[in-house]
Amino acid sequence: MEILLQQIINGLVQGSVYALVALGYTMVYGILGLINFAHGEVVMIGAMLALSALTMLLGFGVPPVLAFLLSIALAMAGCMALGYSIERIAYRPLRHAPRLAPLITAIGVSIVLQNLSMMIWGREYHSFPQLIANTPHNFGGAIVNDIQVIIFILALAIMAGLMVVVHRTRLGRAMRAVAENQHAAQLMGVDINRVISITFMLGSALAAIAGVMVSANYGLAHYYMGFILGLKAFTAAVLGGIGNLRGAMLGGLLLGLIESLGAGYIGDITGGILGSNYQDVFAFFVLIIVLVFRPSGLLGERLAERA
Amino acid sequence: MSFHSARSLLLATFALVLIGCEKSATPDQNASGELVVRIGASAPLTGPQAHLGKDNENGTRMAIDDANAKGIVIGGRKAHFELISEDDQADPKTATIVAQKLVDNKVSGVIGHMNSGTSIPAAKIYSDNGIVQISPSATAVAYTAQGYKTAFRVMANDAQQGHVLGEYAAKNLSAKKIAVIDDRTAYGQGLADEFIKAAQANGAQIVAHEYTNDKAMDFTAVLTAVKGKKPDLLFYGGMDAQGGPMAKQVKALALNLKFMTGDGSYTPEFIKLAGDAAEGAYASLPGVPLDKMPGGTEFEKRFVAKYGTIQLYAPYCYDAVNMMIAAMQTAGSAEPAKYMPALAGISYDGVTAKIEFDEKGDLKGGAITVYQVQHGKWQPLETLGAIAPVTH
Repeated sequence: MEILLQQIINGLVQGSVYALVALGYTMVYGILGLINFAHGEVVMIGAMLALSALTMLLGFGVPPVLAFLLSIALAMAGCMALGYSIERIAYRPLRHAPRLAPLITAIGVSIVLQNLSMMIWGREYHSFPQLIANTPHNFGGAIVNDIQVIIFILALAIMAGLMVVVHRTRLGRAMRAVAENQHAAQLMGVDINRVISITFMLGSALAAIAGVMVSANYGLAHYYMGFILGLKAFTAAVLGGIGNLRGAMLGGLLLGLIESLGAGYIGDITGGILGSNYQDVFAFFVLIIVLVFRPSGLLGERLAERA
Repeated sequence: MSFHSARSLLLATFALVLIGCEKSATPDQNASGELVVRIGASAPLTGPQAHLGKDNENGTRMAIDDANAKGIVIGGRKAHFELISEDDQADPKTATIVAQKLVDNKVSGVIGHMNSGTSIPAAKIYSDNGIVQISPSATAVAYTAQGYKTAFRVMANDAQQGHVLGEYAAKNLSAKKIAVIDDRTAYGQGLADEFIKAAQANGAQIVAHEYTNDKAMDFTAVLTAVKGKKPDLLFYGGMDAQGGPMAKQVKALALNLKFMTGDGSYTPEFIKLAGDAAEGAYASLPGVPLDKMPGGTEFEKRFVAKYGTIQLYAPYCYDAVNMMIAAMQTAGSAEPAKYMPALAGISYDGVTAKIEFDEKGDLKGGAITVYQVQHGKWQPLETLGAIAPVTH
């Protein structure tokens, strides 16, 4: 029983991370219909920027908690600038090109960022300073760390925050308008370039937070960490219905749970025929099943269509 | 008409220039009349194992720079060595492409690949083209078991290493219930299988065998599954990029067990990534500790001055290159077919050990050292297995 509880907690934490990253994919897709494959790398850059800032601040003798918060802020600012530049350089000139073109530049940007990061921060793994006490709490026989609780709450809070932004603010109304029809939005006086830039910056700021949280949880940062994470988060976004904020959250948590329960029990259930090496197969199998019956994902509708 | 003839004239000139280039760049001679010997190297220079791959490349480069500084003479001609380093991304598919590229570049020999999973498929390509391959670090039994005459390695294989580790876990650490996780690569899987055989032969029970992959970061699910089986020792077959974070998550999930792993995790990186959870972890490395190697201390000093900390296999790469060159000198030729017999019969005092090959191209003898993390550093506990006598 404790083991099951622990697996559920593992799944929820992992799922929250996926959800945090998936929100970025879904926001951009919701507004532009573009899959921003560079998003995973923005997450990685966020973690790396925070790591550099943190090392520097701690070197100056800044108290740890303050240093941590400052470095998150710096990483967010850095990623926002990066997100803005990516959109300006790689996507905006192709906005009216066939859909395949921006997809390919997205993959290109992703490779460029990965290699750039390898040149700046090197090939090795960096250990991320442990600033939040990692004391394990015993919770009915299962172990939970502070950072894991923070990740879970943060993912929920950010999703809620985004919902408010999209559905309750002027900016959100402009976003929904752009998503629905760019030309019409422009005629109504919406500055679509500005709205799209802000969307990218918001998504990138979230990516920075996700990057820092992942690094703080696993205690490491690496130029390659964004790739797999991005892929999984993209899967989560599709699972929940890409373009839908609540879908990203649901998809992320679900994917995390499927993975962790799959890895934990698949061996026992199949009597050792399938092992935990089929963890990913299991997750993608569920994705295929969902897409067969609900091609637009579990909660599939675009940001624009009212949730 | 005149346009046409002018164009064909231009084309002809082009063709001539091309042929001319081809001629002047004969593979075995440079401008100053030296014999040019190309040595290929392949390791993952990008991806999660890039830090280890770069370490291999540096070890190889250092040997080649040394040889060029020394002015080696092969068959009466002064030789100049060139390194062609390729990135195989630790991926078996990419490795075969890289191998073909090295063959096309007319290398005399290849130092690599770093991983077993890449060395095994690449070995066929080198064998088909008659090119000597010395892997500094591929330890899977299958690498030399394919029967290719061109394949050598300068490190004890997993049968030896897994055997020593399994026995050590069951006997010296008296582990009764053992859980095993491997990364499903040729190396991780091979090592884990040998470990299991030896542990079972010594009376231990394998209570769980779980899997991950060589790009994973999160192991909480498999570790939780392992926790349910209440083992007293966990063995991981894989590299440091996973081993370090895994050791950390073992601690975070409050698993009360001994953590043991193979040579792929015997790195400073492992300790850095695992943090204080590294304390007490066991690992092994074929060979003797660096400071016990015949030329280890001196090698380390020079390497650190040039490239920084040694990650793992750099000394083995250094030896592999030097052995290849020594065999070329003995044979008086850099042609693989000519120097291969000399290499097969070589007895070479390297920085890692005295190296001799058996008929399969495996290292003869081959000691295995078990290490433990104590006070944030890998400390040698015991050297097991046959130790080749070192004469110096």
